[in-house]
Amino acid sequence: MIDHGKIEKNLGLMLVLVMFAISIGGLIEIVPLFFIKGTIEEARTPEGIRMVRPYSALELRGRDIYIREGCYLCHSQMIRPFRDESMRYGHYSLAAESQYDHPFQWGSKRTGPDLARVGKKYSNEWQVQHLMAPRSMVPESVMPNYPWLMSPLDISDVGDRMAALRITGVPYSVSKVEFDNNVKEFGADVAKQLHIPDAQKNLIEQAKTGNYDGNAADVTEMDAVVAYLQVLGTMVDYSKFDNDSFVKFR
Amino acid sequence: MSQGNTQSHNAKTTGHVWDGDLEECTNPLPNWWLWAFYFTIIFSITYWVMYPAWPVGKGFTTGTTTITYKNDKGVEKTTHWNTRALLMKDLQDAREKQKPYFDKVAATPYEQIAKDPQLNNFVASAGKVLFSDNCAACHMSGGQGKFAFAPNLVDDDWIYGGTYDKIQATITGGRHGIMPAKGGADLNDGEIESLANYVLSLSGNTMDAAKVQAGNDLFHGKGACFSCHGADGKGNQDIGAANLTDKIWLWTDVKAGGPADKNVAAVKATITSGLNKGVMPNWSDRLSADQIKLLTVYVHDVLGGGSKK
Repeated sequence: MIDHGKIEKNLGLMLVLVMFAISIGGLIEIVPLFFIKGTIEEARTPEGIRMVRPYSALELRGRDIYIREGCYLCHSQMIRPFRDESMRYGHYSLAAESQYDHPFQWGSKRTGPDLARVGKKYSNEWQVQHLMAPRSMVPESVMPNYPWLMSPLDISDVGDRMAALRITGVPYSVSKVEFDNNVKEFGADVAKQLHIPDAQKNLIEQAKTGNYDGNAADVTEMDAVVAYLQVLGTMVDYSKFDNDSFVKFR
Repeated sequence: MSQGNTQSHNAKTTGHVWDGDLEECTNPLPNWWLWAFYFTIIFSITYWVMYPAWPVGKGFTTGTTTITYKNDKGVEKTTHWNTRALLMKDLQDAREKQKPYFDKVAATPYEQIAKDPQLNNFVASAGKVLFSDNCAACHMSGGQGKFAFAPNLVDDDWIYGGTYDKIQATITGGRHGIMPAKGGADLNDGEIESLANYVLSLSGNTMDAAKVQAGNDLFHGKGACFSCHGADGKGNQDIGAANLTDKIWLWTDVKAGGPADKNVAAVKATITSGLNKGVMPNWSDRLSADQIKLLTVYVHDVLGGGSKK
């Protein structure tokens, strides 16, 4: 039996033991998820290509602006497996769909609607108009205006941003070997988008061909945010699966 | 300080005394509290047995409770309790409750649905939810539309047609309005000015007669405007070319009876830059055929702007 007087009089020992005690819950609830098969669902095409891919350079900048503007404070990106949510937002979110999100954008508060499947639900024009002046599209909205998104996008550090995520395990490629592996996993078109040395070139090309902000000449923050919003929840093609295909992972 | 403490007690103490008279009591817990605590232990053990609980290697204990549901292929499956299977069951139960209505909507021709009071009620309530979740963002909650964005659905004017079939096709496949800049023709500023005068004259505005005449020639000649908007300017719903002879303007800020120079400038701007907007998303990926049929009837009959032909 340990004499608790010893613990109470030894601050360093108490600190270590308190940390151990409060981490028990986390250890038991979270650590096994890293080992349980199926925590992250497999979603592949019949050809074996992964459906969920990391964000392209432009989408990634859009995600960073989404975080910068604090969108997650009012919008979740997590459709829970409830009937009301699946009726309103679509198929429940898979863990696989946020596997390349660091940090994930699940959120814990819905002042606005969930955005996990907002991609392709509205036109680019709608997204631009709504971000500039939400009440012009939804009169009862309390969302702030974001007119400054029409300013030019700083693309100088996009490669660094991808490199930082690469450290956390997102398969952006630097070497030829990594690139070839991405071709196998994601297909050639996606692999090109994930190659860090080409990040700026790819970003500009996607912004100009996608023309997300209605102005093909300039690359604005609006291009990035709308490109990001338009890809949310669209990577997994659920028409290729039965409606209960992802039950078995739980 | 301690001198001021005159309270006395009869409880047992641990024998630990601090500062002369500060004692630590060991009163037993109240029985109701103790038994409630024992109950929570029994509850958790029962829960571990009945529901997924403990991680074991690469899996976990799945519990004794099961859920049986039918998937969308009609295959019946039984699995251990989990929220995803529970959702399948919820969706299946809800589908079965609504099935008589959906079956009836699917089996009834468009024209008959609104005439059946029971079905009409169903369309009005279920359609309103679908419309609010999916369509109201652009067409506004009452279907009144938005200038320079999305057409009004409650009036009689239709860009792509207001029959049941056309509305159904629009919702299913989406739309994308395209007018080439200057109609794809090589027009100078003076010619565009003439065309603008002619186009405005079509909807009953009094314009400069000489320019209208010149515009008329361009509309049916060099400008080739007629190939989409028709020789009479009444448009073509198959390709979404607008009717220029009515007073309804979606993309161009023309005000009936407004200053002619402003109206001309607005029409000139549209001709010069063309239109590459009016994108309506494709809804067939998001909504089922049943839901699209409901929405079609909702737009046609409940909002009430639908046309017969």
